[in-house]
Amino acid sequence: MANINDPLIPVIGVVTDIRIDTPDVKTFRVVTPDGKKAFEHKPGQCAMLSMPGVGEAMFSITSSPTNKEFMEFSIKKCGCVTQWLHQIEVGQQITIRGPYGHPFPVDTAFKGKDLLFIAGGIGLAPLRSVINYVRFYRENYGKVDIVYGSRSKDDLVDYKEIIDEWCNDEGINVHLTIDREQEGWDGHVGFVPNYVKELGFDTNKVAIICGPPIMIKFTLAGLTELGFDKTQVYTTMELRMKCGIGKCGRCNIGSKYVCKDGPVFRCDELDELPDEY
Amino acid sequence: MKKILKKNLQNLFAAISKETDLFLPVLNSAKNAEFKKWTEGTEYSEELNTVRSAKDFFFPQTENICDFKTSGKNIEIIENSELPENFAVFGVRACDLKSFEVLDNVFLSEPVDSFYKTRRENAVIFTMACNRPKETCFCHTFNINAADPKGDVECFEDETYVYLNPLTQKGKDLLNKVTSALEDETEEPVKKIKAEIEERLKNLPLYNLSAESFGSDKTEEFFNRKEWDELSEACLGCGTCTFVCPTCQCYDIKDFNTGHGVKRFRCWDSCMYSDFTKMSAGQPRTHQKERFRQRFMHKLVYYPTNNNGMFSCVGCGRCLKKCPISMNIVKVIKKLGGTANG
Amino acid sequence: MQTVTRNQLVEKAKELLNNGTVTRVLGIKKGEFSYDLTPAVFTSAEELEKEFEFNGFAAANFSKYLVKLADGEGKILVFLKPCDSYSFNQLLTEHRFNRENVYAVGIECDGFADYKKIEEEFNDGIKSVEFNGEKIEVTTLYDGKKELAFADYMLERCKNCKTKKIAAFDELLTENSDETKNTRFEEVEKLEAMTPDERYAFWRNELSRCIRCNACRDVCPACTCEKCVFNNPDSGVENKAIQNSFEENMFHIIRAFHVAGRCTDCGECSRVCPQHIPLHLLNRKFIKDINSFYGEYQAGAEVGNRAPLVNYTKEDIEPKDAVGRGSEE
Repeated sequence: MANINDPLIPVIGVVTDIRIDTPDVKTFRVVTPDGKKAFEHKPGQCAMLSMPGVGEAMFSITSSPTNKEFMEFSIKKCGCVTQWLHQIEVGQQITIRGPYGHPFPVDTAFKGKDLLFIAGGIGLAPLRSVINYVRFYRENYGKVDIVYGSRSKDDLVDYKEIIDEWCNDEGINVHLTIDREQEGWDGHVGFVPNYVKELGFDTNKVAIICGPPIMIKFTLAGLTELGFDKTQVYTTMELRMKCGIGKCGRCNIGSKYVCKDGPVFRCDELDELPDEY
Repeated sequence: MKKILKKNLQNLFAAISKETDLFLPVLNSAKNAEFKKWTEGTEYSEELNTVRSAKDFFFPQTENICDFKTSGKNIEIIENSELPENFAVFGVRACDLKSFEVLDNVFLSEPVDSFYKTRRENAVIFTMACNRPKETCFCHTFNINAADPKGDVECFEDETYVYLNPLTQKGKDLLNKVTSALEDETEEPVKKIKAEIEERLKNLPLYNLSAESFGSDKTEEFFNRKEWDELSEACLGCGTCTFVCPTCQCYDIKDFNTGHGVKRFRCWDSCMYSDFTKMSAGQPRTHQKERFRQRFMHKLVYYPTNNNGMFSCVGCGRCLKKCPISMNIVKVIKKLGGTANG
Repeated sequence: MQTVTRNQLVEKAKELLNNGTVTRVLGIKKGEFSYDLTPAVFTSAEELEKEFEFNGFAAANFSKYLVKLADGEGKILVFLKPCDSYSFNQLLTEHRFNRENVYAVGIECDGFADYKKIEEEFNDGIKSVEFNGEKIEVTTLYDGKKELAFADYMLERCKNCKTKKIAAFDELLTENSDETKNTRFEEVEKLEAMTPDERYAFWRNELSRCIRCNACRDVCPACTCEKCVFNNPDSGVENKAIQNSFEENMFHIIRAFHVAGRCTDCGECSRVCPQHIPLHLLNRKFIKDINSFYGEYQAGAEVGNRAPLVNYTKEDIEPKDAVGRGSEE
C-alpha cells in the first residue's frame, strides 16, 4: 500500500533537555532528530506526546512560538504517560504530533490591551507560552500583571525564569503567592482567587486564567466581583483526548470539542455550554 | 436500467468478483446477517439489517495506525496500514448508505482521516431498496427513502428479478465491465416496486415518529430535562447500541505490545463506557445518566449543531432490536420530543 | 406462556405500596412493541396501571439491579422468578445488597419466548405477538397472522430450565415447585465429545462474532465487581476491541473463570448477546465439572453457601486428576 499520511501518525521527537522544576513537574525540551522544531504553533496550542507501548497524551506547549529552536513542555507527574516521561533521560526519543486546538487570540483580542495572567500550579504551563510571546512583542501590548500561586514555594514552576526575567521586565508586575506559610518565603500567602480580589485590578484589561477547575471557578467569580465581564476573560481547558482533531468523540462539552474548538475559550462561550465540566 | 434474474445472481457476483473484491450480506452460523466476501456459492441474504452495520467497511472495529520499533532510546515508526484496494459492497440499505454521509462529516472534515478517505474512495456501493421494511424501521424520520436507496448503483428486487440502476461514474464503470451478465430493462418495473414500498413505509408503526423538536442549538432545552433519569435508569452501560449503530464513530487509540514491537491501533469506543472520559485528573461524567445523555444529545442535538441540522441517526432500528434492556433512541425521542409523538 | 398475569403483579404491587411495605417497585415497563420491555422502578399506583408490563418476553433477571437500587429510601419490591431467586441468593452471599431493604415476592415461571427465534421464522416485520396458552399468535406486517407453538420458541435457558423452585422470597404469589429437569448439560456433552481441534474451531467461530460490547458482563448478576479488570485502562485488556483477535477471545474465557462457582446459570449472557454467541455453554461446562469433581452444587441455592472452589476439604479432587480427566477425553 502506498504511503499514507494521516494526522494520527506522529513524528519522532528527541528530548534534549530535562529541567526539574518542582518535586512533581519537569520541563522537557523536544526537537526532531535533525535538531529542528517539529512544527510551528501559536500560544495556547497543544501537542500529543507519546511513548509507544505506554500511551499518548495531550500537553500544552509551554514554550513560546518565538523560540525558533525547540519546544518545551512543562509536565506534572500524574498519569501513566507522565510517570514514564518523568523517569526518562536526555536523549530519549518520543513521538509527537500537533499542533492542536484553538490558540489564545494574541494577535487580535489581546493586542494593545493590558493583560492579567492568573495561574495556579501547573496551570502556568500553557500561559507561559503566551507570557513569553507577549514579552517578545512587548510593544504590541499594554501593562502586564501576572498572578501566580502554588501549594508552596517549591511548587512554583520555573521560579528562576520568573524571578530572573519576568520580574526584571519593565511594565510587568509579578504577584506570587503560596497556599501556606513557609520558611524562607516572605511573599504573599493565600489562595489565588482571594489574592486576585485583594490586589483589586482595574477592569480595563483582558484576564487569562489557567489552573485547577476549582481555582478557575473561584477566580472567575472574583473577577466578576471586581467588575470584569466574562467576555474579557479567557481560560484553557483539559479533558481526556485521544485524537486531538475533533473526531474520536470524547472531549466534548455540549457541541464543542475541547481539542478542536478549545482548549482556549472565552468565559462567556463556556456559559453557553452545558454544565459538564 | 439493467436487470438480472434472481436465480442468476451468482453470475453477477462472479462477474463483479473478477473485477474487484465483493462483499454482501450473508447468514452466519447464528443465523444473523453479516457482510462477507463473496466466493463461489456464497448466498446473498435478503435480511434487512446486518448485526454490524456497513460502517465497518470504512471505519473497521480495529485498524492499524502504525507500528513502532524501539531500541535503547530510539524509536522507529513503521507504516503498517492494511487498506483495501478497490472493493464493492452489494446489498447496502438506504439507512446504512446515509450513515456514510454522517460519518463523512466527521472523518472527511479537516484534518482528513486518510484511512477512512482511502476506503471510501476505493468502494463501489450497490444499495438495495427495502421491499419489506420492518416494524423497527424509522428511516423516514430522517428523510431517508427506503424506496429510493441511492448509492453508486441502486438496486431493486421483485420475485423474479434484481434491477440495477447505476448512478455514479464509479457505478457505471463497474456495471459496464459486467454487462454480459445483465439484460436491459425499462423504468417501469422499478416504478411499480417503488410505489409498493412507499405504500408499505406509510403503514409502518414508527412512520410518524418525528425528531423535529430536536436539532441545532437545542442544548439548553434538552440537557437538563428530568426525564434523563428515568430513561437511563436501567442502562447497563454496555456498548451494544454504539457498536451496532451505523453512525456511532467514537474511537480510542491504543498500543498493543506484540513482544517484537508496538502496534498502535484505533478501535471503536463507546461513550456509554465508564472509562470513556476518565482522566488521571478526574472524571467529568461520573454517572451512567451523563453518559447515556451524551449519546443521545450527540445524535439529536450536538451533531446537528455542528453539521447544518443533520441528525446522527438514520433510523435503521438496530438499537431497538439489540439493546439488552430495550432502551433506544425511539423511546428517547418520544419521551423528550413532545406531544407530537404521543 | 406465563400463568402469572400482569394484573396479578400490578395488584400485588399496589397492595404493597399502599400498605407501606415498600416504597418502590422494580418491574418492567411497556415498550413500543410487545418485546422491547425495559426494567424500571415504579413508585405509584398510577404508574403501575399505566406502564407496568409482564408478558412472555419479560425475561430480564432483576436481581442485579438490587445492587444499585436496594440503597434507596425504603424497601423495594422485586418479583423473583426461579432464575432470579438464585442470583438473588448468590448476590446476598457475596454481600452485594442489603436484604432488609428488599421485599421479594416469588412468582412461578413457565418460560419465556425468544424473539430472535420468532423473527427468524418470517422474512417480515412483526406487528404484534400475543401469548395464548400453548400458542403464540404473531401478526406480521405483510403476511397476516401466524400461529406458533410456544414450546418451540422458548429461550434456550427456559427450554432447558434447571428448576422451577423459587429459592428466595418473603412471600409467594403462586405455588412453589420442586420440579427440576436435567437436560441442560446435553449441549455441553456435545462439546465434550468433540476433539480438541473441533472444540477450538467451534469456539473460535462463535467468538469471532464478538463485538466486545460487554453486554454479557454488564447484565451478568455474578459480575458486580466495583472495578472490573476490563474497565482498568492499565490492564491492557480494557473494555473494547483489541488488535489481536485471540487476545480478544480471552475476555470470555477470563470472565467464565471469574464467575465459575458463582454463576447460577441464569442465561442472561446468552439472552442479551447481540451476536447470539452461546456464552452460557462456557459457564455450564464449569458447572458440570464442579458437579462431577465436588458433588452437585447449585450456586445461589442458599444464602451463605460456600462454593466448592473456595472451600477446601480433604476430599477435594487432586488437581492432576481433574486436569488429567480433561486430556483423556
